[in-house]
Amino acid sequence: MNREQILVEARSVSKRFPGVLALDKVNLRIVGGKVNALVGENGAGKSTLMNILSGVYTDYEGEVLVEGEVQHFQSVHEAQEKGIAIIHQELNLIPYMNIAENIFLGDEPLNALGWIDKARMHAEAEALLQRLHLKVDTHTLVSDLRVGEQQLVEIAKALRLNAKALIMDEPTSSLSESETEVLFGLMAELRASGVGIVYISHKMDEVWRLADFVTVLRDGKWVAELPMEGCSTDEIVRLMVGRDRKDFFVKQSRERGEVMLQVEKLSLREPGRSGKFLLQDISFDLHRSEVLGIYGLMGAGRTELLETLYGLYPDTSSAQVRIEGKPVQIRHPQQAVAHGLALCPEDRKLEGLVLDMSIRTNTTLASLLQCLSPLNTIHAGKERKWADHFRQRLGIKSYSAEQLAGQLSGGNQQKIVLGKCLMTQPKVLFLDEPTRGIDINAKNEIYRLIDELSSQGMAIVLISSELPEIMAISDRIITLRQGCISQCFTREEFTEESILKASLPA
Amino acid sequence: MKKILSQPVAKPLIALLLMCIIMSFLSENFATSDNFFNVLRQTSVNLCISVGMTLVILTGGIDLSVGSVLALSGAVAAGFAQKGFSLESMDVYVGFTFWGCCLAALLVGGALGAFNGLMVTRFKVPPFVATLGVMTIARGLTMLYTGGFPITDLGGGFEFVGTGWFLAVPMPVWVAFVVILVFSFFMKKTRTGRYIYAIGGNEKATMLSGIRVDRVKLLVYTLAGLLSAVAGILVTARLDSAQPNAGTGYELDAIAAVVIGGASLSGGKGSIAGTVVGALIIGVLNNGLVLLDVSPFWQQVVKGFVILFAVILDRYSSKH
Repeated sequence: MNREQILVEARSVSKRFPGVLALDKVNLRIVGGKVNALVGENGAGKSTLMNILSGVYTDYEGEVLVEGEVQHFQSVHEAQEKGIAIIHQELNLIPYMNIAENIFLGDEPLNALGWIDKARMHAEAEALLQRLHLKVDTHTLVSDLRVGEQQLVEIAKALRLNAKALIMDEPTSSLSESETEVLFGLMAELRASGVGIVYISHKMDEVWRLADFVTVLRDGKWVAELPMEGCSTDEIVRLMVGRDRKDFFVKQSRERGEVMLQVEKLSLREPGRSGKFLLQDISFDLHRSEVLGIYGLMGAGRTELLETLYGLYPDTSSAQVRIEGKPVQIRHPQQAVAHGLALCPEDRKLEGLVLDMSIRTNTTLASLLQCLSPLNTIHAGKERKWADHFRQRLGIKSYSAEQLAGQLSGGNQQKIVLGKCLMTQPKVLFLDEPTRGIDINAKNEIYRLIDELSSQGMAIVLISSELPEIMAISDRIITLRQGCISQCFTREEFTEESILKASLPA
Repeated sequence: MKKILSQPVAKPLIALLLMCIIMSFLSENFATSDNFFNVLRQTSVNLCISVGMTLVILTGGIDLSVGSVLALSGAVAAGFAQKGFSLESMDVYVGFTFWGCCLAALLVGGALGAFNGLMVTRFKVPPFVATLGVMTIARGLTMLYTGGFPITDLGGGFEFVGTGWFLAVPMPVWVAFVVILVFSFFMKKTRTGRYIYAIGGNEKATMLSGIRVDRVKLLVYTLAGLLSAVAGILVTARLDSAQPNAGTGYELDAIAAVVIGGASLSGGKGSIAGTVVGALIIGVLNNGLVLLDVSPFWQQVVKGFVILFAVILDRYSSKH
């Protein structure tokens, strides 16, 4: 067998989600005995592509070839039968089953009577754990394992399949250094035995250490495939970010006002007894009329930072916060709203809206005090006036304020959440990924709104995974790296390369 | 016309009317004013409980303790009427008027409801489990308080509330009517009512909007306990005695009424009006099966199928 043959190949694969083209004619090769590093920013389409190759997503355009033959997997099981296994970024284990049961889930060895052959199952599981140097009894419940150990079980699950092609989606994100070393040793073994590996990682040092060649995706498009020899980190980063920014919103520069929000020594502990910090020693100022961007990779703690300030973790966080110079203690979102903060959360469907309620009732939910009659009852007329006000001001496309929020498109839903935030008349507005998954026109409307609000004196914190977006709207950008502020950029210092570099783990 | 039909309460209402029409053909005793008030009086207890249950279910919870809470508060009302409240060691004896007895019953019901609420909010016990525990606790306390025997001969105000009439309408019906009126207003017109819907629709989003979700839930369970106590007073008054096993299985009738009325057990969807219609459907069904001389065993079978049918119809038609 030719060791360097192409085991799996994706040819101009496209995948569309409602309203978004997540992958646009992407190519990828998995070569026997080689490690292909797949890199790209958050949302570049890496995980989507892997989900197609491993049979999770079954409707896509383009071709997937396995050893030269076109395959269209209808299930994860089919992909496994063709020798493709995936180690997912998020853990897919069943907490109240033991290690062996998890490893063999859906494919349990049976004895002559058709019962599960527990002895064989545990023996084989034990052998797999040994390859990973994990010294834990296979009868241990997964819920009793540390996260790193759980990740190793996930890896053992994929190893069991003896796959020819192995996809690893950020497998080291929760591993300790020694566990990482074991994994890398194992990868070397697999590679030597002819297995082809796709390795997804944000960590450049790992890419350098492991990869034979690198594939770069950007905004769902294939950018390049290069051998690691003769290429540099700077070049890869440039390929990851470089894009034309022609039809992009241009911000007007303006004077920022006095300090509105001052945060000192904010830290957030992981729940439980691990003693680990999700956020540590974070200090920054936010001025009136300023838009402060917060950039960081997935898991850097961006959302947690806003949530901590908003009072969601009163028992595990500590911070000194001042609003307009006055020290405040915020232990519940109610107090946050009372102090003039508003949060437009990351996931509008899960956290922003009550989908079965109307535009009117969603808009007024946080500020019903402004819609009361003299008898302190809800005045539907006043509510409707407010809802209509925001429908018009934010351009929420709808035929009536009574339309249910769940019936609207993503962009319009986002505008309802914004309307709800604005109705509380906040001094400080937290926007967490306000343009995720919405179309380009709605995006531009939201950029203009942010600009308008800041020109009226509102202080805004913006989280965005899209570099061009955050650079276009922000006055300053703070980069978070593994729970700490790694750098702060003023507008003149903005370059995509430097911001991305500051957020990549050292 | 289309607008009326699209109201969520329209479907159960049509079902109720159809049932009434069919029943009037099947039994000449159905469509009489005596029987009309009979049905209403029999339904009044379930109506009070169901209104409380509606609030709980709207938040996405459930309250299995309503029947036991009804029994305990009813027993306390009866016990206080008969023997008052005495602490022998301190040589204290307090006698109670009818209103005093009612107040004591409401306090007991409210306290048990608040206990439910605390379990759910403070200690994060799932509502099903929390109220299952309180269901057993309250039943046990009822047995302890009554010694397992009925408390009888209450007289006075109880007799009037149980069997009296006011303006040609039986008293229990008035009580249920007032409860329905007050809570319809509460749910439609107050901020808390709005928050109850919002919590059931999306608890996280409601909390992030700056609403004290835990306080609202605590209040909701307390109100459900209070309304169970109201029902307890009605049951005690009607029988002129408190039975230690009163209210057994009433939680199921209440849940059925709420669900037939178009509510979703996952919360956020439903209304007091729908629940009232749901309770009346169950009431008419009970009454009709008795009038038609159906054996009590078959009555249960039929009732079960009607509940299933009503819910399937609702889910099926709302999908299309």
